[in-house]
Amino acid sequence: MVGIASSFSQSGVINWLVQRVSALVMTAYIVFITVYLLANPNISYAQWSELNSLLSMRLFSLLTMASIASHAWIGIWCVLTDYVTERLLGPKADIIRKVLQVCMIAVILIYLVWAIDILWGF
Amino acid sequence: MLNVSIYRYNPEVDNEPYMQDFQFDTQGKDLMVLDVLEKLKIEDPSLVFRRSCREGVCGSDGVNISGKNGLACITPLSEAVKGNSLIIRPLPGLPVIRDLVIDMSQFYAQYEKIQPYMINNSPAPAIERLQTPEERAKLDGLYECILCACCSTACPSFWWNPEKFIGPSGLLQAYRFLADSRDTATAERLSKLDDPFSVFRCHGIMNCVQVCPKGLNPTKAIGHIRNMLMRNPT
Ligand code: SF4
Ligand code: SF4
Ligand code: FES
Repeated sequence: MVGIASSFSQSGVINWLVQRVSALVMTAYIVFITVYLLANPNISYAQWSELNSLLSMRLFSLLTMASIASHAWIGIWCVLTDYVTERLLGPKADIIRKVLQVCMIAVILIYLVWAIDILWGF
Repeated sequence: MLNVSIYRYNPEVDNEPYMQDFQFDTQGKDLMVLDVLEKLKIEDPSLVFRRSCREGVCGSDGVNISGKNGLACITPLSEAVKGNSLIIRPLPGLPVIRDLVIDMSQFYAQYEKIQPYMINNSPAPAIERLQTPEERAKLDGLYECILCACCSTACPSFWWNPEKFIGPSGLLQAYRFLADSRDTATAERLSKLDDPFSVFRCHGIMNCVQVCPKGLNPTKAIGHIRNMLMRNPT
Protein backbone atom coordinates (compact mmCIF):
# COMPACT_ATOMS: atom_id res chain seq x y z
CA MET A 1 0.00 0.00 0.00
CA VAL A 2 1.24 3.47 -0.86
CA GLY A 3 1.24 5.59 2.30
CA ILE A 4 1.96 9.26 2.93
CA ALA A 5 4.18 9.04 6.02
CA SER A 6 7.30 10.02 4.05
CA SER A 7 5.59 12.83 2.14
CA PHE A 8 7.24 16.26 2.55
CA SER A 9 4.14 17.46 4.38
CA GLN A 10 0.86 15.66 4.98
CA SER A 11 -1.05 18.42 3.23
CA GLY A 12 -1.47 18.43 -0.53
CA VAL A 13 -1.87 22.21 -0.55
CA ILE A 14 1.39 22.78 1.31
CA ASN A 15 3.31 20.40 -0.97
CA TRP A 16 1.81 22.10 -4.00
CA LEU A 17 2.68 25.60 -2.78
CA VAL A 18 6.20 24.66 -1.70
CA GLN A 19 6.77 23.08 -5.11
CA ARG A 20 5.79 26.33 -6.88
CA VAL A 21 7.53 28.78 -4.56
CA SER A 22 10.76 26.74 -4.55
CA ALA A 23 10.70 26.68 -8.35
CA LEU A 24 10.52 30.48 -8.37
CA VAL A 25 13.40 30.80 -5.92
CA MET A 26 15.58 28.44 -7.95
CA THR A 27 14.78 30.30 -11.16
CA ALA A 28 15.62 33.63 -9.54
CA TYR A 29 18.94 32.23 -8.29
CA ILE A 30 19.91 30.80 -11.68
CA VAL A 31 18.99 34.04 -13.42
CA PHE A 32 20.92 36.11 -10.88
CA ILE A 33 24.09 34.01 -11.07
CA THR A 34 23.96 33.87 -14.88
CA VAL A 35 23.47 37.61 -15.23
CA TYR A 36 26.17 38.31 -12.65
CA LEU A 37 28.69 36.09 -14.42
CA LEU A 38 27.82 37.54 -17.83
CA ALA A 39 28.21 41.05 -16.45
CA ASN A 40 31.58 40.15 -14.91
CA PRO A 41 33.31 37.94 -17.50
CA ASN A 42 36.76 38.32 -15.97
CA ILE A 43 35.69 37.79 -12.41
CA SER A 44 38.52 37.23 -9.93
CA TYR A 45 38.48 34.82 -7.02
CA ALA A 46 38.50 37.72 -4.60
CA GLN A 47 35.41 39.26 -6.20
CA TRP A 48 33.55 35.93 -6.27
CA SER A 49 34.49 35.26 -2.68
CA GLU A 50 33.40 38.72 -1.65
CA LEU A 51 30.02 38.28 -3.29
CA ASN A 52 29.47 34.98 -1.53
CA SER A 53 30.41 36.30 1.85
CA LEU A 54 27.72 39.00 1.78
CA LEU A 55 25.00 38.17 4.30
CA SER A 56 22.27 38.72 1.70
CA MET A 57 23.99 36.41 -0.76
CA ARG A 58 24.49 33.73 1.85
CA LEU A 59 20.83 33.93 2.80
CA PHE A 60 19.87 33.73 -0.88
CA SER A 61 22.09 30.68 -1.34
CA LEU A 62 20.65 29.05 1.74
CA LEU A 63 17.11 29.72 0.60
CA THR A 64 17.95 28.21 -2.77
CA MET A 65 19.46 25.11 -1.16
CA ALA A 66 16.34 24.72 0.95
CA SER A 67 14.27 25.12 -2.21
CA ILE A 68 16.24 22.45 -4.06
CA ALA A 69 15.88 20.13 -1.06
CA SER A 70 12.11 20.55 -0.69
CA HIS A 71 11.49 20.57 -4.44
CA ALA A 72 13.44 17.35 -4.87
CA TRP A 73 11.73 15.72 -1.90
CA ILE A 74 8.23 16.45 -3.22
CA GLY A 75 9.05 15.65 -6.83
CA ILE A 76 10.94 12.40 -6.24
CA TRP A 77 8.32 11.29 -3.72
CA CYS A 78 5.65 11.74 -6.40
CA VAL A 79 7.63 9.77 -8.97
CA LEU A 80 8.30 6.94 -6.50
CA THR A 81 4.66 6.70 -5.39
CA ASP A 82 3.53 6.68 -9.03
CA TYR A 83 5.92 4.14 -10.46
CA VAL A 84 7.53 2.08 -7.70
CA THR A 85 4.28 0.46 -6.59
CA GLU A 86 2.87 -3.04 -6.22
CA ARG A 87 0.55 -2.31 -9.13
CA LEU A 88 3.44 -1.74 -11.52
CA LEU A 89 6.31 -3.78 -10.12
CA GLY A 90 4.74 -6.53 -8.04
CA PRO A 91 4.77 -7.38 -4.34
CA LYS A 92 8.39 -6.38 -3.66
CA ALA A 93 7.75 -2.81 -4.76
CA ASP A 94 6.51 -1.58 -1.39
CA ILE A 95 9.71 -2.37 0.43
CA ILE A 96 11.86 -1.13 -2.48
CA ARG A 97 9.95 2.15 -2.51
CA LYS A 98 10.35 2.61 1.23
CA VAL A 99 14.09 2.00 1.03
CA LEU A 100 14.36 4.46 -1.88
CA GLN A 101 12.33 7.05 0.04
CA VAL A 102 14.56 6.76 3.09
CA CYS A 103 17.69 7.01 0.90
CA MET A 104 16.27 10.02 -0.91
CA ILE A 105 15.44 11.85 2.32
CA ALA A 106 18.84 10.97 3.77
CA VAL A 107 20.71 12.25 0.70
CA ILE A 108 18.66 15.45 0.68
CA LEU A 109 19.32 16.11 4.36
CA ILE A 110 23.03 15.39 4.01
CA TYR A 111 23.30 17.83 1.11
CA LEU A 112 21.38 20.44 3.07
CA VAL A 113 23.60 20.12 6.15
CA TRP A 114 26.67 20.16 3.94
CA ALA A 115 25.47 23.34 2.20
CA ILE A 116 24.81 25.02 5.53
CA ASP A 117 28.30 24.01 6.62
CA ILE A 118 29.82 25.56 3.47
CA LEU A 119 27.83 28.78 3.86
CA TRP A 120 28.00 29.27 7.59
CA GLY A 121 30.65 26.87 8.84
CA PHE A 122 33.75 28.14 10.50
CA MET B 1 -13.96 -2.96 -46.78
CA LEU B 2 -13.01 -1.51 -43.43
CA ASN B 3 -10.56 -3.42 -41.22
CA VAL B 4 -11.94 -3.61 -37.72
CA SER B 5 -9.70 -4.93 -34.97
CA ILE B 6 -11.34 -5.68 -31.64
CA TYR B 7 -9.87 -6.61 -28.27
CA ARG B 8 -11.18 -10.00 -27.20
CA TYR B 9 -10.81 -11.66 -23.85
CA ASN B 10 -12.99 -14.23 -22.20
CA PRO B 11 -11.18 -15.28 -19.02
CA GLU B 12 -13.13 -18.56 -18.89
CA VAL B 13 -11.71 -19.66 -22.24
CA ASP B 14 -8.71 -17.51 -23.19
CA ASN B 15 -5.33 -17.61 -21.53
CA GLU B 16 -4.67 -14.07 -22.57
CA PRO B 17 -6.33 -11.25 -24.50
CA TYR B 18 -5.94 -11.06 -28.27
CA MET B 19 -7.05 -8.79 -31.11
CA GLN B 20 -9.65 -10.22 -33.51
CA ASP B 21 -9.86 -8.82 -37.01
CA PHE B 22 -13.10 -8.35 -38.91
CA GLN B 23 -13.87 -7.07 -42.39
CA PHE B 24 -16.76 -4.66 -42.39
CA ASP B 25 -18.71 -3.19 -45.28
CA THR B 26 -19.88 0.33 -44.38
CA GLN B 27 -21.77 0.63 -47.70
CA GLY B 28 -20.34 4.10 -47.92
CA LYS B 29 -22.17 5.32 -44.82
CA ASP B 30 -20.58 7.30 -41.99
CA LEU B 31 -21.89 4.99 -39.26
CA MET B 32 -21.25 5.36 -35.57
CA VAL B 33 -18.71 2.99 -34.03
CA LEU B 34 -21.52 1.44 -31.98
CA ASP B 35 -23.41 0.54 -35.19
CA VAL B 36 -20.34 -1.35 -36.35
CA LEU B 37 -20.14 -3.23 -33.04
CA GLU B 38 -23.84 -4.11 -33.16
CA LYS B 39 -23.54 -5.46 -36.71
CA LEU B 40 -20.42 -7.45 -35.85
CA LYS B 41 -22.21 -8.92 -32.86
CA ILE B 42 -24.79 -10.41 -35.23
CA GLU B 43 -21.91 -12.06 -37.07
CA ASP B 44 -20.20 -13.17 -33.84
CA PRO B 45 -22.64 -13.27 -30.90
CA SER B 46 -19.82 -13.98 -28.44
CA LEU B 47 -18.61 -10.36 -28.75
CA VAL B 48 -19.44 -8.50 -25.54
CA PHE B 49 -19.77 -4.76 -24.91
CA ARG B 50 -21.99 -2.46 -22.88
CA ARG B 51 -24.48 -0.04 -24.33
CA SER B 52 -27.90 1.30 -23.57
CA CYS B 53 -29.16 4.64 -24.86
CA ARG B 54 -27.16 4.70 -28.15
CA GLU B 55 -27.27 8.51 -28.09
CA GLY B 56 -24.55 9.70 -25.74
CA VAL B 57 -26.72 9.99 -22.64
CA CYS B 58 -26.20 6.91 -20.48
CA GLY B 59 -22.41 6.70 -20.56
CA SER B 60 -22.26 2.89 -20.78
CA ASP B 61 -20.34 2.44 -24.03
CA GLY B 62 -17.08 4.20 -23.23
CA VAL B 63 -14.33 2.37 -25.13
CA ASN B 64 -10.93 3.14 -26.52
CA ILE B 65 -11.40 3.90 -30.21
CA SER B 66 -8.24 3.94 -32.33
CA GLY B 67 -6.31 5.09 -29.29
CA LYS B 68 -8.72 7.67 -27.92
CA ASN B 69 -11.36 7.12 -25.27
CA GLY B 70 -14.89 7.97 -26.32
CA LEU B 71 -18.49 6.85 -26.52
CA ALA B 72 -18.96 4.36 -29.36
CA CYS B 73 -22.51 5.58 -30.00
CA ILE B 74 -21.60 9.16 -30.83
CA THR B 75 -18.20 8.65 -32.45
CA PRO B 76 -18.61 8.54 -36.25
CA LEU B 77 -16.32 6.40 -38.35
CA SER B 78 -15.12 9.54 -40.11
CA GLU B 79 -13.49 10.57 -36.82
CA ALA B 80 -12.39 7.14 -35.69
CA VAL B 81 -10.96 5.41 -38.73
CA LYS B 82 -7.29 5.92 -39.41
CA GLY B 83 -5.84 4.52 -42.64
CA ASN B 84 -8.87 2.27 -43.28
CA SER B 85 -8.61 0.60 -39.89
CA LEU B 86 -10.64 0.87 -36.74
CA ILE B 87 -9.19 -0.44 -33.50
CA ILE B 88 -11.47 -0.91 -30.51
CA ARG B 89 -10.18 -1.74 -27.06
CA PRO B 90 -11.67 -1.51 -23.57
CA LEU B 91 -11.06 1.68 -21.59
CA PRO B 92 -7.49 1.42 -20.28
CA GLY B 93 -6.37 1.08 -16.67
CA LEU B 94 -9.23 -0.88 -15.13
CA PRO B 95 -9.58 -4.68 -15.01
CA VAL B 96 -11.28 -6.29 -18.02
CA ILE B 97 -14.26 -8.51 -17.23
CA ARG B 98 -14.73 -9.68 -20.78
CA ASP B 99 -13.97 -8.20 -24.22
CA LEU B 100 -14.85 -4.49 -24.06
CA VAL B 101 -16.48 -4.67 -20.63
CA ILE B 102 -14.40 -3.36 -17.74
CA ASP B 103 -14.85 -3.58 -13.98
CA MET B 104 -15.68 -0.01 -12.92
CA SER B 105 -15.76 -0.65 -9.14
CA GLN B 106 -12.64 1.43 -8.53
CA PHE B 107 -14.09 4.32 -10.53
CA TYR B 108 -17.38 4.22 -8.59
CA ALA B 109 -15.55 3.88 -5.27
CA GLN B 110 -13.88 7.22 -5.99
CA TYR B 111 -17.21 8.74 -6.97
CA GLU B 112 -18.75 7.52 -3.72
CA LYS B 113 -15.91 9.08 -1.71
CA ILE B 114 -16.76 12.61 -2.76
CA GLN B 115 -20.31 12.25 -1.39
CA PRO B 116 -22.14 12.94 -4.65
CA TYR B 117 -25.31 14.25 -3.09
CA MET B 118 -26.53 17.49 -1.56
CA ILE B 119 -25.72 17.92 2.12
CA ASN B 120 -27.87 20.50 3.88
CA ASN B 121 -29.24 19.77 7.32
CA SER B 122 -31.34 22.90 7.68
CA PRO B 123 -35.09 22.18 7.54
CA ALA B 124 -36.25 21.88 3.96
CA PRO B 125 -38.50 24.73 2.80
CA ALA B 126 -42.07 23.93 1.78
CA ILE B 127 -41.42 23.86 -1.96
CA GLU B 128 -37.75 23.90 -2.88
CA ARG B 129 -34.36 25.41 -2.05
CA LEU B 130 -34.06 28.38 -4.35
CA GLN B 131 -30.98 29.57 -6.22
CA THR B 132 -30.41 32.79 -8.11
CA PRO B 133 -29.79 32.36 -11.84
CA GLU B 134 -26.12 33.26 -11.16
CA GLU B 135 -25.79 30.57 -8.50
CA ARG B 136 -27.41 28.06 -10.81
CA ALA B 137 -25.08 29.05 -13.65
CA LYS B 138 -22.10 27.89 -11.58
CA LEU B 139 -23.26 24.31 -12.03
CA ASP B 140 -23.11 24.48 -15.82
CA GLY B 141 -20.28 22.42 -17.20
CA LEU B 142 -20.39 20.23 -14.08
CA TYR B 143 -23.80 18.62 -13.76
CA GLU B 144 -23.74 17.28 -17.34
CA CYS B 145 -21.22 14.53 -16.50
CA ILE B 146 -22.61 11.09 -17.37
CA LEU B 147 -19.94 9.10 -15.50
CA CYS B 148 -18.75 7.35 -18.62
CA ALA B 149 -15.19 7.11 -17.19
CA CYS B 150 -13.57 8.14 -20.47
CA CYS B 151 -11.64 10.86 -18.63
CA SER B 152 -10.45 8.97 -15.55
CA THR B 153 -9.28 5.99 -17.63
CA ALA B 154 -7.30 8.37 -19.86
CA CYS B 155 -5.52 9.89 -16.87
CA PRO B 156 -2.05 8.50 -16.05
CA SER B 157 -2.38 9.64 -12.43
CA PHE B 158 -5.55 7.55 -12.14
CA TRP B 159 -3.85 4.53 -13.76
CA TRP B 160 -1.02 4.63 -11.21
CA ASN B 161 -3.07 5.34 -8.08
CA PRO B 162 -6.74 4.51 -8.67
CA GLU B 163 -7.35 3.83 -4.97
CA LYS B 164 -5.99 7.17 -3.81
CA PHE B 165 -6.38 9.73 -6.58
CA ILE B 166 -10.07 10.61 -7.04
CA GLY B 167 -9.59 11.09 -10.76
CA PRO B 168 -10.98 13.75 -13.09
CA SER B 169 -14.56 12.47 -13.14
CA GLY B 170 -14.88 12.26 -9.35
CA LEU B 171 -13.20 15.64 -8.91
CA LEU B 172 -15.50 17.30 -11.43
CA GLN B 173 -18.39 15.97 -9.34
CA ALA B 174 -16.69 17.02 -6.10
CA TYR B 175 -16.57 20.56 -7.45
CA ARG B 176 -20.17 20.32 -8.63
CA PHE B 177 -21.20 20.04 -4.94
CA LEU B 178 -18.57 22.48 -3.65
CA ALA B 179 -19.95 25.06 -6.09
CA ASP B 180 -23.60 24.47 -5.21
CA SER B 181 -25.03 27.35 -3.16
CA ARG B 182 -27.52 24.95 -1.53
CA ASP B 183 -24.87 22.62 -0.15
CA THR B 184 -23.63 23.49 3.35
CA ALA B 185 -20.86 20.93 3.77
CA THR B 186 -18.16 22.85 1.88
CA ALA B 187 -15.60 22.88 4.72
CA GLU B 188 -16.14 19.22 5.51
CA ARG B 189 -15.85 18.27 1.84
CA LEU B 190 -12.62 20.27 1.46
CA SER B 191 -11.05 18.76 4.55
CA LYS B 192 -11.40 15.31 2.97
CA LEU B 193 -9.52 16.42 -0.14
CA ASP B 194 -6.38 18.00 1.32
CA ASP B 195 -4.08 14.98 1.32
CA PRO B 196 -1.20 14.57 -1.16
CA PHE B 197 -3.23 12.19 -3.37
CA SER B 198 -6.97 12.91 -3.70
CA VAL B 199 -6.68 16.15 -5.66
CA PHE B 200 -2.96 16.85 -5.89
CA ARG B 201 -2.04 13.84 -8.00
CA CYS B 202 -3.43 15.81 -10.90
CA HIS B 203 -0.44 17.09 -12.83
CA GLY B 204 -2.47 19.04 -15.36
CA ILE B 205 -1.79 16.66 -18.24
CA MET B 206 -5.29 17.42 -19.53
CA ASN B 207 -5.93 14.05 -21.17
CA CYS B 208 -9.29 14.24 -19.41
CA VAL B 209 -10.32 17.42 -21.20
CA GLN B 210 -9.22 16.03 -24.53
CA VAL B 211 -11.47 12.96 -24.32
CA CYS B 212 -14.62 14.06 -22.48
CA PRO B 213 -17.49 13.27 -24.88
CA LYS B 214 -19.65 15.90 -23.19
CA GLY B 215 -17.04 18.61 -23.71
CA LEU B 216 -16.50 19.12 -19.97
CA ASN B 217 -13.31 20.40 -18.39
CA PRO B 218 -12.24 18.44 -15.28
CA THR B 219 -8.83 20.18 -15.19
CA LYS B 220 -10.54 23.53 -14.69
CA ALA B 221 -12.74 22.10 -11.92
CA ILE B 222 -9.63 20.67 -10.25
CA GLY B 223 -8.04 24.13 -10.42
CA HIS B 224 -11.09 25.59 -8.67
CA ILE B 225 -10.88 22.95 -5.92
CA ARG B 226 -7.19 23.72 -5.45
CA ASN B 227 -7.95 27.42 -5.11
CA MET B 228 -10.71 26.70 -2.59
CA LEU B 229 -8.31 24.54 -0.58
CA MET B 230 -5.77 27.34 -0.58
CA ARG B 231 -8.25 29.95 0.53
CA ASN B 232 -9.79 27.74 3.23
CA PRO B 233 -6.89 25.99 4.99
CA THR B 234 -8.28 22.87 6.63
S1 SF4 C 1 -5.45 17.09 -15.99
FE1 SF4 C 1 -5.29 15.99 -14.08
S2 SF4 C 1 -7.12 14.78 -13.96
FE2 SF4 C 1 -6.93 15.45 -16.10
S3 SF4 C 1 -5.87 13.76 -17.13
FE3 SF4 C 1 -4.35 15.19 -16.39
S4 SF4 C 1 -3.67 14.48 -14.37
FE4 SF4 C 1 -5.60 13.48 -14.92
S1 SF4 D 1 -16.27 14.30 -17.13
FE1 SF4 D 1 -16.79 13.72 -19.22
S2 SF4 D 1 -15.44 11.98 -19.67
FE2 SF4 D 1 -15.46 12.26 -17.48
S3 SF4 D 1 -17.02 10.84 -16.74
FE3 SF4 D 1 -17.97 12.85 -17.00
S4 SF4 D 1 -18.82 12.84 -19.04
FE4 SF4 D 1 -17.39 11.13 -18.94
S1 FES E 1 -24.96 3.93 -25.40
FE1 FES E 1 -25.50 5.43 -23.94
S2 FES E 1 -23.85 6.81 -24.10
FE2 FES E 1 -23.44 5.45 -25.72
